[in-house]
Amino acid sequence: MNKTPISLPPSIDKTLDLLADADYLADRSLATVLFLALRMGRPLFLEGEAGVGKTEIAKVLSTTLGRRLIRLQCYEGLDVSAAVYEWNYAAQMIAIRLAEAEGAVDRERLTHDVFSEQYLIKRPLLQALEPDTAGAPVLLIDELDRTDEAFEAFLLEVLADFQVTIPELGTVKAAHPPIVVITSNRTREIHDALKRRCLYHWVGYPNAERELKIVRAKVPNIGQRLSQEIVHFVQGLRKEDLFKSPGVAETLDWASALAELDTVALDPATVSDTLGVLLKYQDDIARVEGSKASELLNQVRAEMRAAE
Amino acid sequence: MSAADGRLAENIVYFARALRAAGIPVGPGAVLDALAAVETAGVGTRDDFYWTLHAVFVNRHEHSILFDQAFRIFFKRRGYLEQLLGMTLPQAPGTEPEQPKAGAQRVQEALFSGLSDRLQQDVRELEIDMRLTVSDQEVLQKKDFAQMTAAEIAAAKLAIKRLMLPLDEMKSRRLAPDRHGRIVDMRRTLRSSLKGGGALIDLKYLGPKTKIPPLVALLDISGSMTDYTRLFLHFLHAVTDARKRVHSFLFGTRLTNVTRALKAKDPDEALASCSAQVLDWSGGTRIATSLHMFNKLWARRVLTQGAIVLLITDGLERDPDDRLAFEIDRLHRSCRRLIWLNPLLRYEGFEAKAKGVQAMLPHVDEFRPVHNLDSLTDLVGSLSGPGTRTQEGQAWLRKVA
Repeated sequence: MNKTPISLPPSIDKTLDLLADADYLADRSLATVLFLALRMGRPLFLEGEAGVGKTEIAKVLSTTLGRRLIRLQCYEGLDVSAAVYEWNYAAQMIAIRLAEAEGAVDRERLTHDVFSEQYLIKRPLLQALEPDTAGAPVLLIDELDRTDEAFEAFLLEVLADFQVTIPELGTVKAAHPPIVVITSNRTREIHDALKRRCLYHWVGYPNAERELKIVRAKVPNIGQRLSQEIVHFVQGLRKEDLFKSPGVAETLDWASALAELDTVALDPATVSDTLGVLLKYQDDIARVEGSKASELLNQVRAEMRAAE
Repeated sequence: MSAADGRLAENIVYFARALRAAGIPVGPGAVLDALAAVETAGVGTRDDFYWTLHAVFVNRHEHSILFDQAFRIFFKRRGYLEQLLGMTLPQAPGTEPEQPKAGAQRVQEALFSGLSDRLQQDVRELEIDMRLTVSDQEVLQKKDFAQMTAAEIAAAKLAIKRLMLPLDEMKSRRLAPDRHGRIVDMRRTLRSSLKGGGALIDLKYLGPKTKIPPLVALLDISGSMTDYTRLFLHFLHAVTDARKRVHSFLFGTRLTNVTRALKAKDPDEALASCSAQVLDWSGGTRIATSLHMFNKLWARRVLTQGAIVLLITDGLERDPDDRLAFEIDRLHRSCRRLIWLNPLLRYEGFEAKAKGVQAMLPHVDEFRPVHNLDSLTDLVGSLSGPGTRTQEGQAWLRKVA
């Protein structure tokens, strides 16, 4: 366990390289904000549509930097006992009974003994503040918008000062602040007080060139021509007036699906059959299926021919 | 005490009473404090005097604006401060042209109400001033809302307190101490048992916490709704102030999010910044387009956690087609409850004949009439009442068929 921590990237270019090592092809704006977050020790707040690779960044950071990944998946009703800490009630109960059996019931002392670190169960936020030989861990607070506003208040102290206050114990402060990544799908607005403490970045859809690289990196067994067609088709779809445009995750799913089906090139029938991988709303599927799909496909082919 | 000191004290007392009438809670203690503060600080410049009084009389940010108005009007009209400062300053301060500011009506009204003979004399002058206020706004081609009086605001606040939308209590997944709860609260149990040395274990319980769901209001501001716009905006402002998580959108031919504007504490200021944001006052109505924009851009951001949608429109779509039914259906499916408030229902013989109305009716959970729409109290009353069968959209459709 005596590894020396992998040092943080010294420049924006190195940050890009670091991400690329783990097959994460980021654009420069994302690399810049990530570099700054690492340098300044500020939490990184990522917002964007579902499936654009927000969560993936934290995972990639943890593997490339060799840090422990601590993930806090948010949900409605998430509270302190699930996110920060909890007391080990069973052990406390036994301790009280033992003290009784010994006949030494000094209430002051008992309270002091029972509410000590020994009986504390650490949940993700508290774990993230613990020292680690591999360097401070990566703390991923995923889909923050799923909790209610009340939970955001717990985070303010953690994000601003990297500390947690436990009424019975006192304040626990991290010696080395963790690398914090917060993601949100924007199903509600996050409060300004929390955003203020973070560096904000909107993760958008990649352009055709970068998406093509991503597809080839992530789905290696896919044909040259097919991958190009897929990417151009998806890029075309995103320009349509859809309720939910397909994300990068959907593109990758579609690419693997088509690779599994041994498709060499797109044709209207295959597109219509596999549209459910790309689009997740019936209205959107109904809109694209059939004539619209073949129209888009013709457009893609024309574009590709023009590029050749 | 010299004669000048006597006049100073008298004026501060009058000023405090004017502030109180304008809606700033100023107690007699504050008047004494103000006198002491002015004596301590000494009246140097107009600014010093202003901020000295401000420090004593204003405890909340939203009162700043009222104070500012009151100060300008009170001391300008009376010319007292100029006299007082005339000795120390070479030129008379503060003679820049007055612009109509939010809150002006309330303050002027407060000053009108005749606190002394000398104030009475100013009334005529102030009236002229108020008319100028209105015409200035007309020149600017901005929406002119008659400003709310202090009494109206008080009544509105009272009414909003009673507002209870249907299905307004929602069980959340969060737990709170509850005597009749089902889940044992180990933390509290242990703490209370330790008080007794751990000999007795008295179980404490937790139960689900209820909360008020978010409210999203979509308000039609097209020409046909002009008569009601002001009332509804005041309603939305009061609701935004009273409840957490209220989002407001205005639509005519385009959709505008005015949530932030309505968060200003002072109603007049809020409405002024609202009207500054909107470009399509009293124009045509494109309900389908506006709903489409809402569904696409905002629905996923504001309709989570069991939101109730309050759709306020007369349903008179300029060019009704299939899209309207499609968009309202989508809206209905993405919120917990869709309440349509239609001011047209105030007319006795209302029938759901308009095409837009027919397209929308099957998709709303509740269709609420407002029989007498003259005050916020009536509006709150009709929104809070229990839903009856006649308020369902289908019932209205059957009537026509």
